[in-house]
Order: sequence, then structure tokens, then C-alpha cells
Amino acid sequence: MTGYKVLVVEDSPTMRQLIVFALKRIRGFQIVEANDGVDGLKKLSAEKFDLILTDINMPIMDGLKLVSMVRNDPNYKETPIIVITTEGATEDRERALALGANEYITTPIQTMKILETGKKLMSV
Amino acid sequence: MSHHDEETDAASRADEFLQVFKKGAEFTQDLLKENERLRFRVVKLEETLKEKGYDTVDESPDAIELKKKIAALEQEKEEILGQIKVVEEENLNFANRYVEIEEENNMLANLYIASYQLHSTLDFKEVLQIILEIVINLIGAEEFGVLLLDEKTNRLEPVASEGLVTSELPSVAVGKGIIGEAVHSGENYFIDSMEGYERDFEKPIVCIPLKIKDHVIGVIAIYKLFTQKDEFTNVDYELFTLLAGHAATAVFSSRMYSDSERKLSTIQGFIDLLTK
Repeated sequence: MTGYKVLVVEDSPTMRQLIVFALKRIRGFQIVEANDGVDGLKKLSAEKFDLILTDINMPIMDGLKLVSMVRNDPNYKETPIIVITTEGATEDRERALALGANEYITTPIQTMKILETGKKLMSV
Repeated sequence: MSHHDEETDAASRADEFLQVFKKGAEFTQDLLKENERLRFRVVKLEETLKEKGYDTVDESPDAIELKKKIAALEQEKEEILGQIKVVEEENLNFANRYVEIEEENNMLANLYIASYQLHSTLDFKEVLQIILEIVINLIGAEEFGVLLLDEKTNRLEPVASEGLVTSELPSVAVGKGIIGEAVHSGENYFIDSMEGYERDFEKPIVCIPLKIKDHVIGVIAIYKLFTQKDEFTNVDYELFTLLAGHAATAVFSSRMYSDSERKLSTIQGFIDLLTK
């Protein structure tokens, strides 16, 4: 299980660290962190990723805009995207899925849920 | 056909019938002989058994040996089935234990990250922001407030909140109501049942004192959880307590640091005045 690159886009350092901590349990996963949507797009243009995890509520550029832009990029049309939402934010979640996100994870974050969803989407 | 021909044909048929009858009689004789021979054999065998002291075939040594082997195999089968059952139970226990360990692992990871974040800054506002993030993302609270103790007035004053307006949260006297009592006793408060609960700022569903050893410096009062959480688990209780300890230290340190910075700045101002 080597060579998978994952981009984690999350403005909260606590949440970001939680997600990274969970993903690092899979040996061979390379994780790159981004603070917001714009930072995420910069990282996406610099290298190729196998999975994108993004929060929805972020400053500068939110997760919905990021999902939309990623799906319009021919290089990332097929890349799995997981959005992270709070349980109550049904509207945001539905919009993200309609824009092309593949799955969603709700907070409070469960390590196993992140691992299972990530593995499933990458067919690991 | 003439009369003579008819007689010849009848004689031929009678002859054929006689031949068949003779063959049948011979076959019957053979069967009777075989039967006689077998009966004789049975009698002989029974006599042999009786001579050896057995009343029935079941009591022969071979039969007894075979029966013993069957019994031993049956017993072995039962033992193997028993062992399979034990292994299956162990397997189930291991699977359950694995789930428990995963939960504990998850909690420890959360706690590690929470404490790491809480102690990553000495900025009071940042510490409060981190507390809010932790309570939202790790505990799953939707509406809650952080109240800190003003030791001069002995009252709890709201300093931060999520899903609520901080200024709407009440100032609470120590020892009064659920929040005040939690500060007074230093004990966590959890509502008995969340069914039918309606938000009341004086009566949160959870109230966790922020404690440094026995010294309470404030509380986290939770009024609403995300819908996915219907009740609290043992892990939640542990997480609440451990987080509250780290949050208290982080709040205390950042406050002390801010105060010392302010005092240092004042002293520096005096020194500058005196030396100029």
C-alpha cells in the first residue's frame, strides 16, 4: 500500500491534525496539508493527488468552491473527494455531493470512518 | 390345417411346456439345497459362538473393538466440537476487544491532538478558539458556552460560545444552580435524560468544570449536541474530564502569560519614565 497521495484541506489546525493523524495510520500514505481552498488549489497544481479531503466552511475559498473547481479541472475529474461537514449541515453536504464530491464525513471525526471511506474511494 | 397337423402341434407345445416345468423344478431344487446349506452354516456359526461363550454376534471381540473405536471417535468429535465453540467465542471476544481498542485508540489520538493544540499557544483568545473547536469536533456539541471564574466577584462570566450569543449567557454565582454547583463541587454534571430537553441557560445538559487539581477556574456548559449523538458513552465521560483538565491548564497559563506581559509592559513603561 504505497504511493498514495492525499490532500487535506482544512482551516482548523486541530481538525487538520486529527485527519492527518488518522490517515497516517495507513502505511505509505503521503499527506499534504492546505489551510483553505486557495492553498488547496495551489497544492493541487503542483503535484498529483489520489484523494482530496476538504472542509466546507473555510475562509478565503470554501470547500464547495474548491469541489466545483476541482471537478472542472480535467486532471482531477476522477479524483475522489471527501467533504467534512457537521451533522446538521445537510444543505452544504447535498450541495457538495451535487457539485461532484464522492462522500462526506461528519464531525465529531471518527478515525475509523476516515480510514474506511478513504480506502473505499481509492480501492485500497 | 388337417386333423393330423393339429395333433402334431399340440404334442410339440406339450413337450415344450414339460421342458420348462422340468427346468423350474430343477431350479427350485437348487434353491432348496442352497437354503439348506446356508441354514446349516448359520447353525454352525451359532454353535461356534456358543462354544466361545458369546450369546450374540454383538459380543464378538471384533464388534466390541469396533464399538470402542466408535465411542472413542464420538468422544473425540465432541471434544473437537467443544474446542471449535471455545475458539469461536474467543474469536468473538477478540473482535469485540478490537472494536473497544479502536475506540480507545481513537480517543487517545483525539486527546493527544487536543492537548497538543491547547498547549501550542499562550494567546488567551487562541486557547479559547481551540477549546471551541475541540468541543465541536471531538465532543460533537452544537450549542455551548465557556464561562470563567472571576475570583474577585466569585461569579462565572461567559467568555466564549458556539451556536449561541456569548453576551446572552448568564453570569452565574458559585454554588448557585447546576453550573454554580459544578464549580463548587468540582464534579461533572450530566443530565439524566436528553429526551424532551429544552434549552435553558441555567440548566445545561452537560457541565464540565475546568479544573487544575482541585482548583476550578471555569466551566464548559453544553446545551445542544449534534443530532447523531443521542446519549453519552463511557469514552465521552473520560474525554470530557481529560479535556477539561488540559483546557483548564491552557486557559490558566495563557491568562497568566497575558497578565505577566501586561505587567511587564507597565513596569517597562515606569522604568522608561524613570530613566529618561
